[in-house]
Amino acid sequence: MKTVLKQVTMGLNGDEAVAYAAKQSDIDVVAAYPITPQTIIVEKFSEYVANGEVNTEFMCTESEHSAMAACLAASATGARTFTASASAGLALMHEMLFVTSGCRAPVIMAVANRALSAPLNIHGDHSDAIAERDSGWIQIYTENAQEVYDSIFQAFRIGEHLDVQLPVMIGLDGFTLSHTLENVQVLTDEEAKEFVGTRQIPTVLTHEGKTVQYRLDPDNPMTMGPVALPNYYFEFKRQQEEAMKNALKIITQVNDEYAKLSGRTYGDGLIDTYKLDDADIVVVCLGSTAGTVKTVIDDLRTEGINAGLLRIRAYRPFPSKAIANALAAVKAVAVMDKSMSFGGNGGAVFHEVRHALYDAKMHPYIINYIYGLGGRDTSPSQISSIFKDLRKIQETKHVDELVKYVGLRE
Amino acid sequence: MSTKEKSWKEASPAGVCWKASTTYLTGDWKTYKPVRDVQKCTKCLVCTLFCPDGAIHYDKEKGDIEIDLNYCKGCGICANECPTKAIVMNKA
Repeated sequence: MKTVLKQVTMGLNGDEAVAYAAKQSDIDVVAAYPITPQTIIVEKFSEYVANGEVNTEFMCTESEHSAMAACLAASATGARTFTASASAGLALMHEMLFVTSGCRAPVIMAVANRALSAPLNIHGDHSDAIAERDSGWIQIYTENAQEVYDSIFQAFRIGEHLDVQLPVMIGLDGFTLSHTLENVQVLTDEEAKEFVGTRQIPTVLTHEGKTVQYRLDPDNPMTMGPVALPNYYFEFKRQQEEAMKNALKIITQVNDEYAKLSGRTYGDGLIDTYKLDDADIVVVCLGSTAGTVKTVIDDLRTEGINAGLLRIRAYRPFPSKAIANALAAVKAVAVMDKSMSFGGNGGAVFHEVRHALYDAKMHPYIINYIYGLGGRDTSPSQISSIFKDLRKIQETKHVDELVKYVGLRE
Repeated sequence: MSTKEKSWKEASPAGVCWKASTTYLTGDWKTYKPVRDVQKCTKCLVCTLFCPDGAIHYDKEKGDIEIDLNYCKGCGICANECPTKAIVMNKA
């Protein structure tokens, strides 16, 4: 086992932490368009480019649709490619997100999660990325600036892995993480570069009968992103699903390997838990809210209440088995959704957690809380009230309302 | 498609073509085919330039124009552009 590095502490907000990790990731091409609360990422990165601190081609595009198109094209040549976006910008990329994953281009993107219009709102919730859950991108949601920093390196290793070859979104909560200064332990440039390594490229059989690297190369021409008619399209979608399944394993492997290097680990990479082992009542959430939940759990534990947390780190691929196992002995579960699935009887995370538990021998009682939309602050007292509800559910063995709103004026 | 179709495990990733486009005979699509009147044709080669499928070639050895009906989709652009009206479109 490698000795854990002595690391330097820097004061970075989430966006700066992303930019700093990107600087250390030996990126060939960045194509981006600014949007709050992501702007600092590309602003900071363009400074690195201007100062000659990185050897990266930086493209300012006319829109996010173009930014993702440029990233896809750059990635298709074999270049390591990165971008960042949020909210309406991510929504404008929608079409290209599917093309990128369909072309199996491992573009890495930081998403400073923000609400979608209308009404116009620049603050943090998960509406933007959850709306892209079926775009074929791996999605990882982070809890703090340190995890954002660490996850960028991991994203390259996961997305570019030969068994995966998929684009990866790293989510950081808008403003709560993107604009909040935190202490971040950083790797040295050399160690970071060694960890991310060089981009892995699989081989393909071309129409000339040659087996070559899957990248645009004038010496070995190939047709990339062709039309696939009803007799073949389906097969390529099935390949993407297999890559997602493989990613479940690779995310854990990369998390373990990074832990050896840095001393930091995020559960098994897929889910991160806090005081879950003996917990009767559990909150499930994504992102920075987990920090608040942990504080509340500590308070409840002093009162002898067995509260716990399950933070879903990888939302795509969705770790159904890990979640079902972790919640096997739990009595009551509250799933928190920071986005809405209008008319869907609960949020997207709730749907999937509930789905994951369907085949379990023991079903915990489960309830959904929609919270924090448009950057509405989520206080410890609100989390306490959720745990209070869970205790009542545990006692009465009854869920009166499946979907509730927390922090909403009734 | 005459050959056995591949399973998702056998197919190239992301739909990279394992066959050249020339194996796909798009000439099957046509309703009308171009017929050239060699008496009227001045071999000006305008048709070879306008053909959107590159299906009309000038064969240097034969010193003549050849229309490859395997790839001609029958669009009729050649007949429209021919300065001497040497190409007519007939039922394929």
